[in-house]
Amino acid sequence: MALFLVSAAVFGTIYVAALASLHPMGVADAASASYGNRINAATVSERHITDAVTAVNFDFRGFDTLGEEFIMFASVIGTILLLRKHRDESEGTPRDQKAGREISPPSDAVRVISVSLAGMVVTFGIYIVTHGQVSPGGGFQGGVLLAAPPLLIYLAGEFQQFCRLAPRPLVEAGEAVGAAGYAIIGVIPLFLHAAYLYNFLPLGTPGDIFSGGTVALIDLTVGLEVAGGFIVLLLAFLEETLVRRDPA
Amino acid sequence: MTTLLQALILGMVAAGGLAVVLTRDPLNQSVVVSFYGILLAIMFFLFQAPDVALSQIVIGAMALPLMILLALARIRRKREPPEPK
Amino acid sequence: MSHLAYFVAAWLFLVGLYGVVTSRNMVHLIICLSVVQSSTYVVLLTIGYRTGAAAPVFVDIPPSTPAVDPVVQALMLTDIVVEVTVMALLLALAILAHARTGELDPNRLGLMRG
Repeated sequence: MALFLVSAAVFGTIYVAALASLHPMGVADAASASYGNRINAATVSERHITDAVTAVNFDFRGFDTLGEEFIMFASVIGTILLLRKHRDESEGTPRDQKAGREISPPSDAVRVISVSLAGMVVTFGIYIVTHGQVSPGGGFQGGVLLAAPPLLIYLAGEFQQFCRLAPRPLVEAGEAVGAAGYAIIGVIPLFLHAAYLYNFLPLGTPGDIFSGGTVALIDLTVGLEVAGGFIVLLLAFLEETLVRRDPA
Repeated sequence: MTTLLQALILGMVAAGGLAVVLTRDPLNQSVVVSFYGILLAIMFFLFQAPDVALSQIVIGAMALPLMILLALARIRRKREPPEPK
Repeated sequence: MSHLAYFVAAWLFLVGLYGVVTSRNMVHLIICLSVVQSSTYVVLLTIGYRTGAAAPVFVDIPPSTPAVDPVVQALMLTDIVVEVTVMALLLALAILAHARTGELDPNRLGLMRG
C-alpha cells in the first residue's frame, strides 16, 4: 500500500510535468493546430459535409474507422464465445417459486413507460443515424440507441414480442451485413480506378441528408452493425437470466 | 463565465471519479457510474464537443451500466442455482 | 486553467488505479478501469480545445468561424467505442472466472492450472 502511494506520487508529478509542457489549453501554436484547421476549412467546401467530426471519422480517416468497427465486431464475437460455453446449465424455475404461484408481472408504470418510449427511441435512433453528416450524430451513436427498444420491450414483460422483434438469426445477419457493407463500399472504388474507400458518389449540397457521397451509406451500414452487435451482446448476457412467463 | 463553468465541471468530474472508486458494492456502483457518465457528457458539451457527448451519454450512461447489471444478475444466478424443473 | 485540467486527468488516472489495486470484487475492479480510461478523455479534450471557438459543426454557422479541433474528437469517439467493447469482454471473463472457481475476490482466485 505504501509502495503504491509512493509510486503514484512519482508518476503523478512526472505525468503533470509532461502534460504541462504541451501548449496551454485554449491556445494552440501553428504547428499543432494546422491539421485541425485545414480539416475545418475543407469539410464544407470539398466534401459538402457540415459535421466535421463525422467527416473525419468516415471520410478523411475512414480506414481507421473501418478498423475500429471490426474491433467491435471481433469483441462481440469473443464475448458470445466466452459466454456460450456453459451449456451444462439446465432450465429451472427460480428458487423462491412454489408450484402454482405465478410470477408477478411488472408494474403498470414500468409497462406504460417502456412501451410508450420504445417507439420514440426507435424514431430518434433512426434520425441520429441518418443525420450523421448534417448535425452531431452518426452511425455509432444511433446504432447504440437502436439497440435499446428491444430491451425496453423485454422490461415491459412482453417476452414473446421481444423474441419476435429481435430474433437471433436476423440480428446476427444484420450485424454481419453492416460490417461487410462497410468493407464492400470501400472495395467498389477500386473498380473505378480510384483508391480504397474513395468518395465516389455524388456529393450533394451541404446540409442535405444525402450529402457527402459515401458517408451517408457508411452511416447506415455502421448503424446497422452497431445495433446488431449490441442486441446480440444483450441476448448473450440475458440468456441465463430470462424468466419465462409462460401462460400456465 | 464559460471558464468558470468549465472549472466547476472539471471539479465535479474529479469528485465523481472518487465516488465511483469508493463505492464498493458493484450494484450501487453501477448507478454511480451511470451518473458519472452523464457528468462526463456535460463536460464534453461544455468543451464544445457535441458528437462525443452524444456518444458518451448513450454508451457510458446506458450500455455500460446495463452490461454491469446483466453480469451481476448472471453471477447471482450462478450463486443460487435454480431447482431443476 | 490548463493546469487544472491536467491535474484532473492525473487525479482520475491515479484514483482509478488505486481502486484497481485495492479491489476486493472483480466487477468493482472492472468499473474502476473505466475511470482510468476516462482520464484519457480529459487529456484529449484539453488538447483540442480553443478558447472562444465553436463546436466543429457548420450547419448554422458560416464555415469559416474558428472551431475546435475535430481530429481529436474523432479520436475520442474511437476511445469510447473501444472502452465499451473492452468492458464487455472483461465482464464475460469475470463471469467465467466466477463460474470456474466460485470466487469474486481477485486475491483469492488461486493459481492457474495448466
